[in-house]
Amino acid sequence: MTSVALKLSLSYGNECIFEDFSLELESGKMVCLLGKSGSGKSTLLHFIAGLLPSNVARGSVVADDEIPLGGRIAWMAQQDLLLPWLKIIDNINLGSLLRGNRSKQDRDQARQLLKDVELEGVENRYPHELSGGMRQRVALARTLAEKRPVNLLDEPFSGLDASTRYQLQGLASRLLADRTTLLVTHDPLEALRMADQIFVLDGRPAQVASPVTPPGDPPRQLADSRMGESYTQLMHQLNHPEVNQHVA
Amino acid sequence: MLRRFAVIIAVLIMLWQLVVWLTQAPAFILPPPYDVGLALVRHFDEIMFHAGVTVVEIVLGLLLGCAIGAMSAWAILRFRPVRSWFLPVLVASQALPVFAIAPVLMLWLGFGMGSKIAMATLIIYFPVTAALYDGLRNTDSGWINLARIMGASNHTALKYIRLPAALPSLGSGLRIAAAIAPIGAVVGEWVGSSTGLGYLMLHANARTQVDLMFAALLVLAAFAVFLYFGIDYLVKRTIFWQSETNLETT
Repeated sequence: MTSVALKLSLSYGNECIFEDFSLELESGKMVCLLGKSGSGKSTLLHFIAGLLPSNVARGSVVADDEIPLGGRIAWMAQQDLLLPWLKIIDNINLGSLLRGNRSKQDRDQARQLLKDVELEGVENRYPHELSGGMRQRVALARTLAEKRPVNLLDEPFSGLDASTRYQLQGLASRLLADRTTLLVTHDPLEALRMADQIFVLDGRPAQVASPVTPPGDPPRQLADSRMGESYTQLMHQLNHPEVNQHVA
Repeated sequence: MLRRFAVIIAVLIMLWQLVVWLTQAPAFILPPPYDVGLALVRHFDEIMFHAGVTVVEIVLGLLLGCAIGAMSAWAILRFRPVRSWFLPVLVASQALPVFAIAPVLMLWLGFGMGSKIAMATLIIYFPVTAALYDGLRNTDSGWINLARIMGASNHTALKYIRLPAALPSLGSGLRIAAAIAPIGAVVGEWVGSSTGLGYLMLHANARTQVDLMFAALLVLAAFAVFLYFGIDYLVKRTIFWQSETNLETT
């Protein structure tokens, strides 16, 4: 279990995207950053993953065990990023293939993960033979195969149709429970369904308001009548950015 | 596919015959298809001998050009000094027509096959290098990010991601190479040689054996087409994930 404290200042040219921004990811919880497109949420995720050049972004990502976070992160993006020339099982084992240490256990684990994401029997197929929803399940399995303490999810389901998205949210939420996860999304319903804590990200430089903590454990049923209040709170914060500035 | 080929060839031969009838061109300007077919049969052994030489030149030129091109593309991508110093030279060198240096190659490599292989190699080197380099350079940034997060080394990222991702682009380069490699070999033979289809054509032309010249030209064209479609087939087989999607959309 790893909790992560994040500090970040970032500007492109004259525009200051983040200034003394800080965020904490509680160990074993899923934190959601909810924001409109262009709010900088994806940039933030790239920074945590160490993908931004150091001359653009200043800041620190510190884990509570004080071991650097590099090499301890798994990443899932909106595109499935499956390699079309690799079989499904090899795509799931991509991390160990790239590190040059794939073992028999990795293969067995990949088959088990395919079961977990409810996709048995496709390990020798190729990505182009699968539907979009199935491919995103494989991407989820690949993320889980990394067994990382910190998982970063960048709008992982926004390319899917509504019912497939709902299924996958439930699946991902169950399989990622107990792992420190940061989910970035523009969809308030996705945030309500999956996250333990929701921060609305807004403004220039970007700020977060005090978090919304929906009742109950994820994955939540959106039909649950208790969701209404959290939803109202989120929509209010999304539509009244000035509120955020005061709280922050 | 085969049937379509047969139809195209039949139509071309009919058009050819039609032009001969309409223009009343004498046989030493445009021999009718029948005469050319007859020449092909009569001189079959001779034509096949020269064709063999040309084919070897083309195939060796292709192999060499692809090998050197692949190494160059990798070096340009991998080493910054190579990129900043060698790449401009490479581009500028394309201003020099390969035909113009053919006599120089004869001088250096002699009248034998060596100079023709060098011509074919030179003429395909640039398209192969450029295509592969472009392919290697334009890897989807999402894949690159994923590889970085997963802790890939340069070597494994090249093997599992960059190289396969560059294959479609390399495939286009290879198709161009297959189409132009025969030009290199034949031009080399024209400049100076004693064997090969290019030589046979010049020789036949000088002795007004125009039917033989056309027969040699036909064999050359047939081989060039065969080579192109052969490579096209191999490329499609290798990039199975793309040809599959093509099939679905067409």
